[in-house]
Amino acid sequence: MCSSRALYEEVILDHNKKPRNFYPMEDADHTIEGFNPLCGDHFTIYLKLNGEIIQEISFHGAGCAISKSSASVMTTLLKGKTVKEAEKLFEHFHHMITSATDAELDDKTLGKLMVFSGVREYPVRIKCATLAWHALISGLHGEGKAPVSTE
Amino acid sequence: MAVSTDEKREVRVAESSYDIAKIRSDFPILQMERAGKPLVYLDNAATAQTPNAVIDALTRYYTCENANVHRGVHYLSQTATTRYEDARKKIANFFHAPVGCEIIFTRGATEAINLVASSYGEAHVGEGDEIIISHLEHHSNIVPWQILCERKGAKLRVIPINDAGEMILEEYEAMLSPRTKIVAVNHVSNALGTINPVETIIELAHAQGVPVLLDGAQAAPHMPVDLKALNCDFYAFSAHKVYGPTGIGCLYGNAKLLNAMPPYQSGGDMIMSVSFEKTTYNSLPYRFEAGTPNIADAIAFGAALDYLSAIGMAEIAAYEQELLAYGTEALQEVKGLELIGTAKHKAGVLSFVMEHAHPHDIGQLLDDENIAIRAGHHCAQPVMQRYGVPATARASLGMYNTREEIDAMVEALHKVNKVFA
Ligand SMILES: Cc1ncc(COP(=O)(O)O)c(C=O)c1O
Repeated sequence: MCSSRALYEEVILDHNKKPRNFYPMEDADHTIEGFNPLCGDHFTIYLKLNGEIIQEISFHGAGCAISKSSASVMTTLLKGKTVKEAEKLFEHFHHMITSATDAELDDKTLGKLMVFSGVREYPVRIKCATLAWHALISGLHGEGKAPVSTE
Repeated sequence: MAVSTDEKREVRVAESSYDIAKIRSDFPILQMERAGKPLVYLDNAATAQTPNAVIDALTRYYTCENANVHRGVHYLSQTATTRYEDARKKIANFFHAPVGCEIIFTRGATEAINLVASSYGEAHVGEGDEIIISHLEHHSNIVPWQILCERKGAKLRVIPINDAGEMILEEYEAMLSPRTKIVAVNHVSNALGTINPVETIIELAHAQGVPVLLDGAQAAPHMPVDLKALNCDFYAFSAHKVYGPTGIGCLYGNAKLLNAMPPYQSGGDMIMSVSFEKTTYNSLPYRFEAGTPNIADAIAFGAALDYLSAIGMAEIAAYEQELLAYGTEALQEVKGLELIGTAKHKAGVLSFVMEHAHPHDIGQLLDDENIAIRAGHHCAQPVMQRYGVPATARASLGMYNTREEIDAMVEALHKVNKVFA
């Protein structure tokens, strides 16, 4: 079992086993659902905003190791950040995992998100890695109540 | 598996006359390696691999037989026509189609079901009528009926299944009524492998004068299918599940019913004569084969069935049953693994979930070992909903799989546990 070792980084396995901020938030002021119908992944993202600042963020649901750990890492990165900063980070993240496998990465801006760079080798898993992010961004933009789907 | 010693001995006999090494050597793709690891192909329910006999038939066709059918007086057109019609006869023979029935070429099982839903449905289904399917269906035997029901104001009734993945026949019997216009169920389930009691299902429907369509996509590769004995009204199947090429399949149908159905698609080949005042349709089966058909793949489908006949479907079924029993037992060794679909009568499907690993991740790690399984809902989301799982991992067996391949999968599943548990 060698090749997908690059995909399943220790950090990913750890967040998969022990997801952070993994609970339904009773008093959230935003709840957004994200689906991937193809593999049945289904997460809900919970937010509490204080003006432009993400005061609280959590998630709950079920999915594969990539989608779950990505959601978990996302919540740890965004607490206390502004909506603008969150959008910027997603932009970097999205750019990174859709870039060519030999493209140089800027680990300064990506930071912890670098652990997902292995996803570039597995195009079918990009949807897993971006599921929670897509849901979050659409929620921040207040795009109605329709659940977000990465299919 | 409780197998008596006598039964075991019988299986051994069947196995010994089954030349697995020879069979494997007939499939060029099975000789491929990736990173030094041999291919272990356990995704046969999605599509099966093709033997040289099929590949050669395609090459021969395009090399020296290619022409349009039913049109020309020239040599090639006559050759192509003969080969194409021979393939139709081979298919009819292989499935023991009785006289008075027709084999219509389609793109596959999906198109065969759509043909019946659309054409039979147009003629016979009206407001307040009912169509019976089951909870075990592939989406291709759900959605065409849903669309028909919507169009006609009819109602879709669904035969429930028990925890083992078997249809509950008492419920089905209670569902049948004078409003029932057709029963459409699968012969073998692609998601769980259940072999359904289609004989009883047909008998009960016929007792009320209701026709039955069987989706045979997953039965055809795993067992002898005798359409005369089954006595169903329609049977749908795809060549690519039976070691043939993609893009071709058949609708078998009772001629009396087919003759009373309006055309499905229209154009060339399906007409007798055309004028702007009036068009006369061709006779069966051509009435339902509009346009230039998939000639090459039809011929190659015939070659696939020749290949299977030479080995024997009963022999293949016996071999696969033994392998399924072996695989079922072997999977019990894997910690936290739960089999989904434990029907008494099953064909070669092992669908499962694991406590610590999502099917998607299982599939990914097995792929590292060059082991191909499927992870997902298998185009049968209602089945997944019934078991409360988003997806399963599915190993589906074919005529060329071996115990060693099952062992390789089990070993890889232990590794999955090491990574994720
Ligand atoms: C039970 C069943 N029915 C129908 C189909 C549809 O077959 P095709 O996609 O070849 O039309 C499949 C294929 O997955 C199947 O397994």
